[in-house]
Amino acid sequence: MAVADPSCRLVVVGASLAGLRAVEAARKAGFEGEIVLIGKEDHLPYDRPPLSKAFLGVADESGVLPEPTYFRTEETLRDELDVDVRLGVAATGLDTVGRTVHLGAETVRYDLLVIATGAHPRLIPGAEGLDGVYPLRTLDDSLAVRAKLEEGARTVVIGAGFIGSEVASTARKRGLDATIIEALPTPLVRATGRDMGAAIASLHEKNGTALRCGAGVASIEGNGKVERVVLDDGTVVEADLVVVGIGVVPSVDWLAGSGLMLDNGIVCDENLWTGVPGVYAAGDVASWVNPTLGQRQRMENWTAAAEQGAAAARNALDPENAKPYGTVPYFWSDWYDVRIQFVGSPEADEVLLVDGDPDEGKRWVALYRRGDRLIGALTVNGQTEIMKYRVMIMKGAGWAEALEFADKRRAAHAEKLAAAGVS
Amino acid sequence: MKCVVDFEKCTGLGICESLAPEFFEVNDDGDLLLLKEDITDAELQEVEEAVAGCPTEALSIER
Ligand SMILES: Cc1cc2nc3c(=O)[nH]c(=O)nc-3n(C[C@H](O)[C@H](O)[C@H](O)COP(=O)(O)OP(=O)(O)OC[C@H]3O[C@@H](n4cnc5c(N)ncnc54)[C@H](O)[C@@H]3O)c2cc1C
Ligand code: SF4
Repeated sequence: MAVADPSCRLVVVGASLAGLRAVEAARKAGFEGEIVLIGKEDHLPYDRPPLSKAFLGVADESGVLPEPTYFRTEETLRDELDVDVRLGVAATGLDTVGRTVHLGAETVRYDLLVIATGAHPRLIPGAEGLDGVYPLRTLDDSLAVRAKLEEGARTVVIGAGFIGSEVASTARKRGLDATIIEALPTPLVRATGRDMGAAIASLHEKNGTALRCGAGVASIEGNGKVERVVLDDGTVVEADLVVVGIGVVPSVDWLAGSGLMLDNGIVCDENLWTGVPGVYAAGDVASWVNPTLGQRQRMENWTAAAEQGAAAARNALDPENAKPYGTVPYFWSDWYDVRIQFVGSPEADEVLLVDGDPDEGKRWVALYRRGDRLIGALTVNGQTEIMKYRVMIMKGAGWAEALEFADKRRAAHAEKLAAAGVS
Repeated sequence: MKCVVDFEKCTGLGICESLAPEFFEVNDDGDLLLLKEDITDAELQEVEEAVAGCPTEALSIER
């Protein structure tokens, strides 16, 4: 077993959440060999979710803007975890026969490899070089966006996904004008289904963000810096800041010709193994078979990236006892004063509202059925509900059982409100 | 062994609740309730998973 072999070298490419968790899990499993962690960004591993949320907020009373959340200090990585950290260096190629990773002219030998290069944003061609137009994936992106918000920028967000919606919501909190432009007739369909996508999107109008659906962007214009976004129908929206949130693509360009199977990410089995000896993948870059839901998936969320990083490293070190990685996917998003949470899969035969009413309140619960099984749950300000459904989905609960449980929860919630004197 | 929550860090995301529901519950306001503190050997693994799963690193185990 590789764990006990001090001459074995583990290389992890991608120094973010999944990569860091791979390193930590290897040490926790007792791995004593060399670990090399290679990351393209200059920064130590940091947390991304705050970048479109709290990090974009205003300064505190003493004038200090929110600090980035770094997961570990350089000392912890080098001294406690004994990792050779190489930041600001991109992997440019992989030779699975010679077992080396190329960093430009340099090569790094590996015995075991965990690939955690994540994903990078899709861009809109033609807007390059225009000041004030940014994607939002990295700390540097978020700093640039925040600087514009600090100047009071009129904000236009392209793409009504979660990240774009969070940016619009922060702009509104700062009292700035915000417009979201979405190409599809209904936002968030892929993440939450059609009805719920529309219901969640209605939060924008309620909070003073203009949402234009079914609108294509013809051009982003300005002289040196962005001044306006022109839509397909000729409408002009004035802008000082344009945030492009039209999705991400897995970062696999450097793996072309490596022999790894690439199809919407790196194709892995349920153990996160690529099929090539010693090579595993984890996080936003990995497409694997999720045994819990029985389907091939590629996640773009925090929980899966963290857990997969650890699972991939453990399986790489001890392939004979590899454990499949299964999960009920979970993501959250914070808009205005609302927390949206989703567990499971939105690919359902039926979506049923079991508590609250999107038209009236700021709190509701919807359940997703596939066949006769509970497959997903969405809550809006239902923090105390959501994880109970995650547990049910994990256990493979049937639809009837889920509905019965939902009835009980609804009654309990109504009772609590009545007791508190709220009607 | 005891389970410890740093309530300054916790943002009520609830991942811990789905991994160890006997220990954690998020209430209506999004605040985390620690339902019990003491961890038996049999419960250790699930609490460890909750500690690892918490996105804000708010959980720890006091041994
Ligand atoms: C603004 C924002 C908000 C988010 N909010 C939420 C949320 O609320 N809830 C949620 O669940 N998830 C959220 N996410 C998603 C979550 O952050 C990601 O799922 C997670 O970061 C994925 O981790 P990862 O390690 O797989 O990939 P990444 O974090 O993408 O890291 C990959 C790293 O690899 C590096 N890299 C790429 N190519 C190479 C190469 N060739 N050589 C070396 N290094 C390379 C990259 O520079 C990067 O640092 C959010 C993401 C963003 C950007
Ligand atoms: S997982 Fe962490 S942040 Fe979430 S409720 Fe539990 S302790 Fe709090």
